[in-house]
Amino acid sequence: MSDTHAQTVAYVRDTMTDQREPPLSQSGAYKWVHENMLSTPLNVILTVASLWVIWVVLSHVMPWAIFGIWDATSLSECRAIRDEIYGADASVACWAVISERWPQLLFGFYPPEMYWRPVLAFVLFLAAIAPILFNSLPRKMLWLTAAAPFVMFWLIWGGTIWGPICIALGFVIGWAAVHFAGPRIGALGSILLAVVLPVLYWLVIAGPLASGLSTILPIGLEQVASRDMGGFMLALIIGIAGIVLSLPLGIVLALGRQSDLFLINKVSVIFIEVIRGVPLIVWLFTASLLLNYFLPPGTNFDLMLRVIIMVTLFSSAYIAEVVRGGLAALHKGQYEAADALGLDYWKSMRLVVLPQALKISIPGIVNTFIGLFKDTTLVVFIGLLDPIGLSNAIRASTQWNGIYWELFVFIGLCFFIFCFSMGRYSLFLEKKLRREHR
Amino acid sequence: MTTMTDPPGQGFRLSQLIYDTRYRSLTIQIVAMILLMLLVSWLVANTITNLHALGKDFDFGFLAQPSGYDINQRLIEYDSQSTHGRAAVVGILNTLLVAFLGCALATVLGVIAGVLRLSNNWLVSRLMAVYVEGFRNVPLLLWIVLIFALMTESTPAPSAFRGDTPTASMLLDGVAVTNRGVYIPAIHFASPFFESGMYNWLIVLIAFAASVFAVRRLGVWAAARQEATGDRPTTWYLTLGILVLPVAILFVLMGAFLDLPALKGFNFQGGVHLRGSLIALWLALSLYTGAFIAEIVRGGILAISKGQSEAAFALGLRPGTTMNLVILPQALRVIIPPLTSQYLNLTKNSSLAIAVGYMDARSTLGGITINQTGRELEGMLLLGLFYLVLSLAISAVMNVYNNSVKLKER
Amino acid sequence: MQNQATGTVDRSHMQVSDEIAIQITKMNKWYGSFHVLRDIDLTVHRGERIVIAGPSGSGKSTMIRCINRLEEHQAGKIIVDGTELGSDLKNIDKIRSEVGMVFQHFNLFPHLTILENCTLAPIWVRKVPKKEAEATAMHFLEKVKIPEQAHKYPGQLSGGQQQRVAIARSLCMKPRIMLFDEPTSALDPEMIKEVLDTMVSLAEEGMTMLCVTHEMGFAQAVANRVIFMDAGQIVEQNEPNAFFNNPQHERTKLFLSQILGH
Repeated sequence: MSDTHAQTVAYVRDTMTDQREPPLSQSGAYKWVHENMLSTPLNVILTVASLWVIWVVLSHVMPWAIFGIWDATSLSECRAIRDEIYGADASVACWAVISERWPQLLFGFYPPEMYWRPVLAFVLFLAAIAPILFNSLPRKMLWLTAAAPFVMFWLIWGGTIWGPICIALGFVIGWAAVHFAGPRIGALGSILLAVVLPVLYWLVIAGPLASGLSTILPIGLEQVASRDMGGFMLALIIGIAGIVLSLPLGIVLALGRQSDLFLINKVSVIFIEVIRGVPLIVWLFTASLLLNYFLPPGTNFDLMLRVIIMVTLFSSAYIAEVVRGGLAALHKGQYEAADALGLDYWKSMRLVVLPQALKISIPGIVNTFIGLFKDTTLVVFIGLLDPIGLSNAIRASTQWNGIYWELFVFIGLCFFIFCFSMGRYSLFLEKKLRREHR
Repeated sequence: MTTMTDPPGQGFRLSQLIYDTRYRSLTIQIVAMILLMLLVSWLVANTITNLHALGKDFDFGFLAQPSGYDINQRLIEYDSQSTHGRAAVVGILNTLLVAFLGCALATVLGVIAGVLRLSNNWLVSRLMAVYVEGFRNVPLLLWIVLIFALMTESTPAPSAFRGDTPTASMLLDGVAVTNRGVYIPAIHFASPFFESGMYNWLIVLIAFAASVFAVRRLGVWAAARQEATGDRPTTWYLTLGILVLPVAILFVLMGAFLDLPALKGFNFQGGVHLRGSLIALWLALSLYTGAFIAEIVRGGILAISKGQSEAAFALGLRPGTTMNLVILPQALRVIIPPLTSQYLNLTKNSSLAIAVGYMDARSTLGGITINQTGRELEGMLLLGLFYLVLSLAISAVMNVYNNSVKLKER
Repeated sequence: MQNQATGTVDRSHMQVSDEIAIQITKMNKWYGSFHVLRDIDLTVHRGERIVIAGPSGSGKSTMIRCINRLEEHQAGKIIVDGTELGSDLKNIDKIRSEVGMVFQHFNLFPHLTILENCTLAPIWVRKVPKKEAEATAMHFLEKVKIPEQAHKYPGQLSGGQQQRVAIARSLCMKPRIMLFDEPTSALDPEMIKEVLDTMVSLAEEGMTMLCVTHEMGFAQAVANRVIFMDAGQIVEQNEPNAFFNNPQHERTKLFLSQILGH
């Protein structure tokens, strides 16, 4: 080593070397193909095998899909057209079933002249979650978020406008109880008041008030029954309602599972594990077969409402686990700082812990929603018309008897587009959060 | 630990129930307990009233009554004279069967797809991405229905195999894919040790388990030799021999022969008949869950930082050794918890058997039995309990495995 | 480390009164069976600046965390401003709102702006009107010399700035006692001084301070008493000059030689 040092001669560069292009074998398409597809014998085999798979799939599917027939009123007409153009041996899709029945797949038996109502409701929903997802939007938009559930309910089911308004009034009463009576009677008392007053109001006053108002000022939309709703609209209603309604319960369960109080902790754990240990389909059958057993005699409500209740309970257990993850990801110092400032448990949860934990949980909540949205197809087994149920119904009709793949492809594509984009969004959020956390 | 904080001379005040940390938690829990009891008793009271109004009671006696329905797919003896209880057991075994098959195939598919997705072959990794995203983002039910439709609509009828110029032919002369299911060869014994086929297979299974155990001992021995001498003895041919020979000898002793399915009359006879419902459910569950497992495997391998493999390469370990000794032990720790929940999901999703008419626990105990006896409450309760116990059991087994992986890591 | 402390400190205002701010008698604490704090006796007068030093694991952080009940003590007595710290929640809340605490890792609330961090507790605990709380917050932010950052989020600030905000946040509750739990040990060297300066100016105003720190320069310049802890007990306490120049206990000598003699 010392030799080399001794022989080193002082050197000063006199001209700087310019940047040069890499040799041809190290750049461009040649390099890319070589590195990515043909670098080793195994790689060559894999490439060939992949090309073969792609060829087999595409050579079967593409002609079938591309030469498909869009204009027909029944499968037999489709076949007649096919025989005429391509001959009887050709295998081509009959997309006509989609072009004829797509509104049904999207909306079920919702009256076609009122399609604008669910569409508007959905747009409203997007507007309502925007201020939650994007902090840059003005905080005033949260009022829209608060009002959205009632307006959406009214738009979709119709009926008098006073019903949702009177129900919303109950929440206003609860808020007023906390806000105005709170300072005088303390936190515990005001919370009690905020629960008791609205419940009393809903039980006693809301009904007569709504019917009274609707006789005086009959503003309303035509009513649509739950059984007319189906297709992707139904899947969205159940999925969105399930997730939104399950959030409060899920948060409470997550806090319960973190609690030091033995009983609260154990009850939360048992609830979560029982719900998660049993398949959704069993819970749906429970909703359709058993829910009436557990409620006072004579209570009888809509199957769709029962499903929404059950789905809410179901997803609350999953949301609870997501939120628990968010709570666990929070630094212990945050809890300590809140304590040290003198905030009590609920205040520190509300002001410090939950805002952060929920933000961390949003990707998980979105993923739960994707799962739930896919699972809404299971309602077909208890007699609701989800997209797959509708495809069965369409197949049962005389015109379209025997048609399978076109319907499956359409339904699958719709689900794919929706779930894939949501999944990408949640991935993007996760990455963004990780960046911010660093 | 002594308590000290009460100022002397001050007795117990009622406000301490809320404002004293020693009593506060007790107070809250008692209040919660009372509320919970109220809720439960309200539900129970409603149920009792409702049952009474319907003239029903709460009784599990129906399980001992004859069921009066047939089950086409069964692992144990069963006919329509058997009890509802036995029907439930048949269904439970069917659930376990498809769940087990599904978990096994999903793991294989998932690991292959996950590893291939990380391949530096652009085409393969893209193809796997399409598989993963395609299956993950479409409801499982659609896949089940679709694959079942493929099985029934796009496969030839048994009659297509007949005649001098059949339109369909059997694969390797032993497998027939028809719209009534798949027929595969069965192994029968010419000179069995026992009357009942089950015991013969049990012997084979025991022999195989012993072989596996012996192979593990061999591995331990090889490791000991390596520690003592520095050279690891070559054991692959011993491993192969130990695994194959005992079972092969048993087969020869019992005179095993292949029973090939053959077309007789309108249907295939002989061999093993796998119903379309089982296959469709099995494939759909495996493909769907495999897509999720692929992501887990990929995430697990990616989670092991690049630095780990670089460090191993820098020490002169070869890629294979690096994978076995450095990457996998760490990746498994990341992979196993989410893998467990995928197994749980698959097991629970097997209840979608309803879509193809596969007779699982939900279809027997939670379906036909309930319809015939009107025992919704009892039936659903037992069904829920079954799934709960199954979920807990899978979690427990995977936890044990997870702990063993963790121990290895230290 | 010495040279980082502020050289000249005006001690003329730092009057120690006879009034007792904190009285700890025979306090003991266990983590499971591990005896972390053993028979701690400590009296702090109003206006005292106490620096607590000691090797890691000696229980110094645990001790000051007991003073606002972030940790529960299991035996003995802690009286803060005449209020006994026990299992009574009302007392705990009262003490916490009168004792400010600054943490090693700042523990600012990342989802709130600097201003909101400072006004959160006054608004929700002290029930101060928002306008007033913001005015107070701006006053203290000016004092720690970062009023211009008021509408930024903690993540946009440097460590030193964050720690100064944390001090301002505590001050907004108008505490009578301030606890510092290694306020500078998570900071880059060049940021330590700005935080120490803030603490010095706080001391000059006569704030009662208990400070766990390794900044011996700060101790010499500001403290009127240095406490050395080891193995869960107070080993030695003295006024800074005597403590540094003439330590009595063997443990103290060893510790001082280790941290000063490099």
